[in-house]
Amino acid sequence: MKILTGNDLKTGAVTWWDGVQWSLHVEDAVDVGEHADTILAREEAARRVNSAYAIDAVKDETGVRPAHIKDRIRALGPTVRPDLTLKPADPEAGNWVI
Amino acid sequence: MYRYDQYDQAMVDTRVEEFRDQVRRRLEGHLPEEAFRPLRLMNGLYLQLHAYMLRVAVPYGTLNSAQMQVLGDIADKYDRGYGHFTTRQNIQYNWIKLEDAPDILADLATVEMHAFQTSGNCIRNTTSDQYAGAAADEVVDPRPYAELIRQWSTVHPEFNFLPRKFKMAVIASDTDRAAMRLHDIGIQIVKNESGELGAALYAGGGMGRTPMIAPCINPFVPIGQMITYAEACLRVYNRHGRRDNKYKARIKILVHELGKDEYTRQVEAEFAHLLTQNIEPPAAELERIKTFFADPPFETGIPDELDRSDPAFARWVDTNCLTHKQPGYIAVTISLKPVGGIPGDASADQIRLMGDLAKQYSFDELRVTHAQNIVLPHVKKADLYALWQVLEANGLGTPNLDLIGDIIACPGLDYCSLANARSIPVAQKISERLAPREAEIGELKLKISGCINACGHHHAGHIGILGVDRKGVENYQLLLGGCEGADTSLGQITGPGFDEDGIVGAVEKATEVYLANKQGEERFLDTYRRIGMAPFKEALYG
Repeated sequence: MKILTGNDLKTGAVTWWDGVQWSLHVEDAVDVGEHADTILAREEAARRVNSAYAIDAVKDETGVRPAHIKDRIRALGPTVRPDLTLKPADPEAGNWVI
Repeated sequence: MYRYDQYDQAMVDTRVEEFRDQVRRRLEGHLPEEAFRPLRLMNGLYLQLHAYMLRVAVPYGTLNSAQMQVLGDIADKYDRGYGHFTTRQNIQYNWIKLEDAPDILADLATVEMHAFQTSGNCIRNTTSDQYAGAAADEVVDPRPYAELIRQWSTVHPEFNFLPRKFKMAVIASDTDRAAMRLHDIGIQIVKNESGELGAALYAGGGMGRTPMIAPCINPFVPIGQMITYAEACLRVYNRHGRRDNKYKARIKILVHELGKDEYTRQVEAEFAHLLTQNIEPPAAELERIKTFFADPPFETGIPDELDRSDPAFARWVDTNCLTHKQPGYIAVTISLKPVGGIPGDASADQIRLMGDLAKQYSFDELRVTHAQNIVLPHVKKADLYALWQVLEANGLGTPNLDLIGDIIACPGLDYCSLANARSIPVAQKISERLAPREAEIGELKLKISGCINACGHHHAGHIGILGVDRKGVENYQLLLGGCEGADTSLGQITGPGFDEDGIVGAVEKATEVYLANKQGEERFLDTYRRIGMAPFKEALYG
């Protein structure tokens, strides 16, 4: 599947296109198929996202998983600071990245 | 340390308001990202993996207590309670909001700080010896010359759009503690046989994709012509540097392609021309700057001995302290490398505490080192035990300077959008595995970069590690034999790379080869240079 990710213009937070708006959670990401360029152009112009791009991902029982480790780290947070990730209470969360 | 004059302060304050307006226009939609990006980068604001990242300039690594208070407060107020000290002696914050950036710059300006030229194709923060003004072996304090370069290079209209970024370092002793020859321009302040001061100029060094050791292009430029000569070096580079290919745009490529002799010939011709233009800053300005770097009021006739009865304290003294030029004083390195910790990170509380300790014990002075530690340069020996106890109690007393746990590591793929692999977890695992054997292994400088840009100085590590992306999987190349000192050398790749756990084992094997072959007091680097790569390759791949 193709999903879209970028950063919130004001905060810089990593965001994912959920079909309607930008979510902080990669599990909300939807397959945009062939529409990536159209959505990106519209959302960048509206200043709802910054430096957005399309990536490959797969959807399995654990949810949406970006194909590249860089985007998985973006989705979770720094593996060396679990307290600063989106799942600070889950000590195993970092395993999802690797 | 240097204090801003009215001109300095006005320039910084003006820039804050200019950037505030630029941010407003970006948020209101009047500036697209393509136009805004170079403007934010000129103010040290990057967009990294998780958020905006702000890199704050620390000129030649020198800070005072008031600045550390503000740096700690910024970490609490605008970031997530910590900062990261970098290999360019700067500090950066990883979780900045764009809308907060102008306020942060305004806070910095209240303590004479800014983020100018911490990004972009300009002259970056000039680095220097972290023991400047304290070291017994320096010819002269190099900081006034670094400050002169800062003033000359800041917002220099001719050098704000160079072919690529440009890094300078200034030292003033034969012991190079600033990796001087791995800079675009390295300067060593020297004295000639007549006792006159001059600058030995090295040009065309650097790490990154194509590491080069800078050759000396002029062993003695009279000190009163140093800036003119540096300007000539920059002009030749600006004229001929490769703007068509960013991977070949650094001055090291130009010096290499022209050859040292031809590059030097062109610099000398430009220098001769510039001498007729009288561009050198007035001697009175250098003298004014020097007054800010006069020795603090050292006490004389005080005890020069230490009570070493506490073995943990004695070990820390032997590892982390340097002989001071002034009897009764000592220079202290605070390690930001606790076992298993994140190299260079310090909490807001630790940042403020180090500032407080500097005020109490070190004439209100601190230095950031290029190895991502902090120095208190002028501590009275009589105060050392009390200082150490406070450091110990706050996670800042790790006795590992220049040992295998004192690892330089870039932020890597945990934070950096350019990285190919994570650096910090590798550093943490090596530290945990080998820190218990530090005393046995002795001096061993280990440096890790998460990509070919080499922010972690892997080329200059006795052991270097380079993280690469192999079809979406992190892989780590091992290098041996790098060194950043007076005998600068570049590390050589051992062979095929390793996975994350494999690289930790490989480093351990390399240390075992060293220990098995060590003669006398040899350091790891000495043994490697004597026996060569073959025994290491045999152990790693045989």
